[in-house]
Amino acid sequence: MKILGRVTVILCGLLLLVYVGEFPDFADPQSPASTHVSPYYIQNALEDTAVPNLVTAILADYRGYDTMFEATVIFTAGLACFFLMRLPKKEERVVFYRHRATGVTLRIDDCGAVPKDTQAFHRIDSQWVPRDLIIRSTTRLLIPFVQIYALYVLAHGHHSPGGGFQAGVVLGASIILLAISQDLRSAISKIKEKTLGILSSLGVLIYAGTGFLCLLLGESFLDYGALASLLGTDRVMARSHGILIVEVGVAMAVMSVLIWIYYNLSSAGKQDEGL
Amino acid sequence: MRGYNMDLLNLIAAKANYWTYIILMMVGFYALIAKNNLVKKIVGMTIFQTAVLLFYVSMSTKKGGTIPILHHGETTSLDPGHVSALVNVADYVNPLPHVLMLTAIVVGVATLGVALSLAIKVYKTYGTLEEDEINLQLRNG
Repeated sequence: MKILGRVTVILCGLLLLVYVGEFPDFADPQSPASTHVSPYYIQNALEDTAVPNLVTAILADYRGYDTMFEATVIFTAGLACFFLMRLPKKEERVVFYRHRATGVTLRIDDCGAVPKDTQAFHRIDSQWVPRDLIIRSTTRLLIPFVQIYALYVLAHGHHSPGGGFQAGVVLGASIILLAISQDLRSAISKIKEKTLGILSSLGVLIYAGTGFLCLLLGESFLDYGALASLLGTDRVMARSHGILIVEVGVAMAVMSVLIWIYYNLSSAGKQDEGL
Repeated sequence: MRGYNMDLLNLIAAKANYWTYIILMMVGFYALIAKNNLVKKIVGMTIFQTAVLLFYVSMSTKKGGTIPILHHGETTSLDPGHVSALVNVADYVNPLPHVLMLTAIVVGVATLGVALSLAIKVYKTYGTLEEDEINLQLRNG
C-alpha cells in the first residue's frame, strides 16, 4: 500500500510538473486569470457599489450568491457537528467541587450538587489543575480588545482589509480563547449553545432575507440597489449599505458556528467538561 | 550549455509558486492515500487544501501591483462617472482569487470540524483510528 501510494504520488507530481512550463510566470500582469473578468471589477466596483475594498465588493455584491451559499455551508457544517456529537445530559454522573478557601475537593456521585447560591465552592473538571495567574489575567485583559478589534474589522471592511468572515473568525477565537484559558463551562456561561444555534441561523437568515427583500421590492435577488428607497439613499450607496448588512449576517453565522463546533468537539458532545 | 542552464533556472525561479504548490499538494495527497491513521489523513487533507489556497492566491499577484483596495481619498470628490478612467488595472492585484479563497478558508475550518467529529465517532464505535483494524472489525462483523 505504501509503495503503491508513493508511486501514485510521484506520477501525479511529475504530471503536474511537466505542465508547469505552460502556466504563466509568477506575478505576470498579463496572465489569463487577470485579464478577463477581474479588470471589470477593478474599474467599476467603486462606481457600482461605492466600496473601495474590491474584495468586499466582489464578495458580497458581484458574487453574492456564492457567499450566501458559503455561509449556508458553514451553517450546515455546524449542524452536522451538532447532530454527530451532541449527547443528551446524563443523569448519573460524578462531579467535583473545590472549596475556595481551603482547596479541599469534594467528589459527589449520583447527580448531586452543592447549592447554586453558595460562593464557597466552585465546580472543577475531573482533571483539574490550578489555573495559572499569568494566563488568567492576560486573557482577561486581551479578550475585550480582541472583540473590539473584530467589530472594527467588520465595520471597516469597506475601506480596509476585513469583512464578515474575518470578523466572525476573530470573534469566535475570542470565546474559544476564554474556553481554553479558563474552562468550557465558563465559556458556556457567557454564551450558551441555544444562543449559538439561534445566532447562526439568524446570520444566514439576514443574508437570505436581504436577498428576498430586494426581490419583494421588485428587483433581482441580492441586488441591493433596490433597498435605496428603504434606506433613503441613492442606488450606489444602498449597495454599500446592503453589503454591510449581509456582512453582519456572515459574521454572526461564522462566529457562532465556530464556537458551536468547538463546544461539541472539545467535550465530545457532553458540553460539560472540555479541554 | 550555459543557455540551457539559464532556461532551467528561469523555469524554476519564474514559476516557483507552482513548484511550491505541487510539492505541498503531493505531501497532502500522499498522507491522504497512504497513511493508515484517520487523523493523519485529515492532516493530509488540510495540507492538500492549503496547497490549493496557495495556488489560487499566487495566481492573483501582479508585478508592481498593490493590495486590491482603491486609493479613494482623492477620487471621492470627483463625479463617480469618471472614476473608472483613473483606475489602472495593472496597479491592483486580481481580487477574485482572494474572494474565493477567503470563503474557502473559513469553510475549510468548518468542514475540518465535521471531519474531526466523525473521527471521534469512529473512535468511540471501533476503539481505534487505524484503518486496517477498522476494516478487520468490519469484516469479522
